[in-house]
Amino acid sequence: MTAALDTDTALGKPIRRKEDAHLLHGQTNWTDNIQLPGTVHMAILRSPMAHAKITKLDVSGALKQTGVVAAYGAKELGELNGGVPCVWPVTDDIKMPAFPALAIDKVRQVGDCVAVVLATSVAAAVDALDAIEVSYEALPAVTDMEAALASGSALVHDEIETNACYVYKMPCGDYEASRAKADVVVARRFINQRLIPIFMEPRSVVAAPMGMSDEITIWSSTQIPHVLRVLLALVTGIPENNLRVVAPDVGGGFGGKLQCYREEILVTNLAKKLGRPVKWTETRSENMVATHHGRDQIQDIEIAATKDGKILGLKVTLLANMGAYLQIITPGIPLLGMFMYPAIYKMDSYDFTCTGVFTNKTPTDAYRGAGRPEATYAIERIIDELAAEIGMEPMELRKKNWITHDEFPYTTVAGLTYDTGNYEAATEKALAMFDYDGLRAEQARRRASGDPVQLGIGISTFTEMCGLAPSRTLGALKYVAGGWEHCTVRALPTGKIEVVTGTSPHGQGHETAWSQIASSILGVPVEDIEVIHSDTGRSPYGMDTYGSRSLAVGGQAIKAASERLVEKARVIAAHQLECSATDLEFVNGSFHVKGDPSKSQALGAVAFEAFTAHNLPPGVEPTLQAEATIDPADFSYPHGTHLAALEVDTETGQVKLRKYVCVDDVGIQVNPMIVEGQVHGGVAQGIAQALFEGAEYDEDGNLLTASLADYLIPSAADLPSFDTATTVTPSTTHPLGTKGVGEAGTIASTPAIINGIVDALRHLGVTDVAMPASPQTVWRTIQAAKAGAK
Amino acid sequence: MAHITVTVDGTSYKGEVEPRKLLVHWLREDIGRVGTVVGCDTSNCGACTVLLNGRSVKSCSVLAVQADGCEVTTIQGLSDGSEWHPVQTAFKECHGLQCGYCTPGMVMATVDLLSENPTPSEQEIREGLEGNLCRCTGYHNIVKSVSYAADLMSAGPTKGAK
Repeated sequence: MTAALDTDTALGKPIRRKEDAHLLHGQTNWTDNIQLPGTVHMAILRSPMAHAKITKLDVSGALKQTGVVAAYGAKELGELNGGVPCVWPVTDDIKMPAFPALAIDKVRQVGDCVAVVLATSVAAAVDALDAIEVSYEALPAVTDMEAALASGSALVHDEIETNACYVYKMPCGDYEASRAKADVVVARRFINQRLIPIFMEPRSVVAAPMGMSDEITIWSSTQIPHVLRVLLALVTGIPENNLRVVAPDVGGGFGGKLQCYREEILVTNLAKKLGRPVKWTETRSENMVATHHGRDQIQDIEIAATKDGKILGLKVTLLANMGAYLQIITPGIPLLGMFMYPAIYKMDSYDFTCTGVFTNKTPTDAYRGAGRPEATYAIERIIDELAAEIGMEPMELRKKNWITHDEFPYTTVAGLTYDTGNYEAATEKALAMFDYDGLRAEQARRRASGDPVQLGIGISTFTEMCGLAPSRTLGALKYVAGGWEHCTVRALPTGKIEVVTGTSPHGQGHETAWSQIASSILGVPVEDIEVIHSDTGRSPYGMDTYGSRSLAVGGQAIKAASERLVEKARVIAAHQLECSATDLEFVNGSFHVKGDPSKSQALGAVAFEAFTAHNLPPGVEPTLQAEATIDPADFSYPHGTHLAALEVDTETGQVKLRKYVCVDDVGIQVNPMIVEGQVHGGVAQGIAQALFEGAEYDEDGNLLTASLADYLIPSAADLPSFDTATTVTPSTTHPLGTKGVGEAGTIASTPAIINGIVDALRHLGVTDVAMPASPQTVWRTIQAAKAGAK
Repeated sequence: MAHITVTVDGTSYKGEVEPRKLLVHWLREDIGRVGTVVGCDTSNCGACTVLLNGRSVKSCSVLAVQADGCEVTTIQGLSDGSEWHPVQTAFKECHGLQCGYCTPGMVMATVDLLSENPTPSEQEIREGLEGNLCRCTGYHNIVKSVSYAADLMSAGPTKGAK
């Protein structure tokens, strides 16, 4: 029954998560838990070479091994060797080389799939890989982007006769005119290093013919079951209406599971061919080379300003590493950053050029923030460098140039219109929490005394564009899908509610938060609402979860569908209560006749009437449900101010993050506890880029950081607790007033850390430090600065 | 093949295993205890942490044959579901999990940490969980959860409520 409920507070309460009970008891359904009778397990022979001709491949030996059911190279697989799709051809003349699931004749990255074995156990399949005969003839590996573009470079793909994938330009205003007017021009080259997403649950996929029909069900540890279904239909030729894709419990994604992977294509095709379930789960070592990577840009950035700190123009020239192939949105990642280099600052001109470059490395694609962390890093770093150049306090320089709260909505030089924001308020709050003035005084004392441990203060005043995205805008950018989201809300005969969403959570707490949104409108307790998601059989329409879109876009659909359901119920209730629909008010889940408190009907009772259909008004169809498919009016623009205090030991290069304060403005919050958790995790990943992580290759194209023993993601001992707070400036383009939050922390925190390290060392002549700022790197930077000063 | 007898979450299991089989694979594949998960192949992540005779181990670093005659407690045996272990209660209350994949290992490592040190400082918690990686939470709320669990457990024999 519908209990009394304060609908004003269902939205905005830090209620504990519905998801946690099963996760805390091990009652989970990770894809790798799925054990279907008759399953064969796939193991993959991967290339140990970055670039080579396959001179011999003979899988027949594997077929003789115990338990082996089948083995295939590209030749044996024939037309079932589907190609990995790319859905974002960013320019008309982009080069889009083929990316077959199993390499044909050549391998182009360490980890390329060369052959597969299917056997009745994982161990048998893996053992049988040793019986495959394969030989390679090494080719020169292309590992450096600038060398790749030089004439005479070896080619990753011979047939396209260049390693340049595309060149994208967006000139806004007249940068050369701004530069000519400027008193000061500061230019820097930043390396935004390659990262590996490292979601904790390795990828896994199971595909099974379902027998009773032509349906093939695919369970995959993916962020995008709906998009994956469309793409698998296009790639495999299996009719879309015969494919059901389910993302069961999914253990993190961070963009790394926003993909149509070659292994998903292989497992689907082989399940159909063999007529039995096929399963593959990656090892972490496979994950490191075969799951797409992120970032990897060389950023040349130049800022032109007056000597008193007025920014006039900005020029950004990027080399973006595509890796060996294009995956789902590989070429588009830098474009998601393209709009954000001007960030929160007013200026006359902005000139952007990006060249996508093929190399013999793992393909890059979305990783938490996807283009915006790179942009935010470069702009927030160059702002600090400009401040140093003109002798201005870095926060004062920001204040002089940022959009003030009374200037919104504001159309930036890059052409985006930010709906709302209040950079002053977030900054003021952050400065107070941080004790900015006190720390600056301590910094001055340490400098004066020549303390070997210097203090640095790092600032990042960021905004970002998320909530992907208005479909029309995506179309204009040549992205081949839309950015809408769907929701169906059903009131069941027993009064329970189903919220069917097209978003696909993998840690974000959608079941809880979506219940809160529906509860606030339907007046039904959160525990009586079930959120159905991540299964194209049960939630047929959706565009899934990435780009901090789930609440920003999906939340709107939940709101609209819930409101439509109430309106349908109102008509039925008016009929039951023998009054006009306009005489009813809907409070706490019940319709009440205005002025007659004795006459009311609860939503559950209306649902039962709609189910029996014994007494419905003329023209009203049975069942009580409503749906909404919403295309967002605009992107979402969360912002905030992040401040870091770092102690840098100038004798050892050790950096200690002493204090981290962040004030984020993500608009209206549905569940502040979840918001805070998203910020914590995001901040940690951004700090990790600054201090710990980096995918390193040798000159032959071998990934040197190919396990969790070599690639350093931080542990609890490597991080402090964070001081988080929020300001609330509601979005005016999103009906709930919400903004995205999933990526904000990652976007904001990286420059705060590096700005802090440089700030600690600037008096020694340091003007930049490479990421990750390991003790060795920091120490060498200090030594080089000292040597340069002599 | 070797014959082993292992008590897992209070039930005795007998089986034939290949000597090379890891305990975590035996738990997942042979006896269907899939609440314990695999996150890496270098013993770095700790997602597979279980209690072996009451002490935490990474079950990817123990052979199934080494567990012969032992008692194993997994996340699935920590409570009966109606009454939660205080560590489970604390992780929910403090939002100490997001995707939940590291959670089985994080919870079991916490149980061991608190049995050894019932009143850990923040630094002791951070160092105590150094072998368990989480990618979602930034550890902030995990640390809070462990402190909260310590408080719940020191408050007396009352177990955490749901």
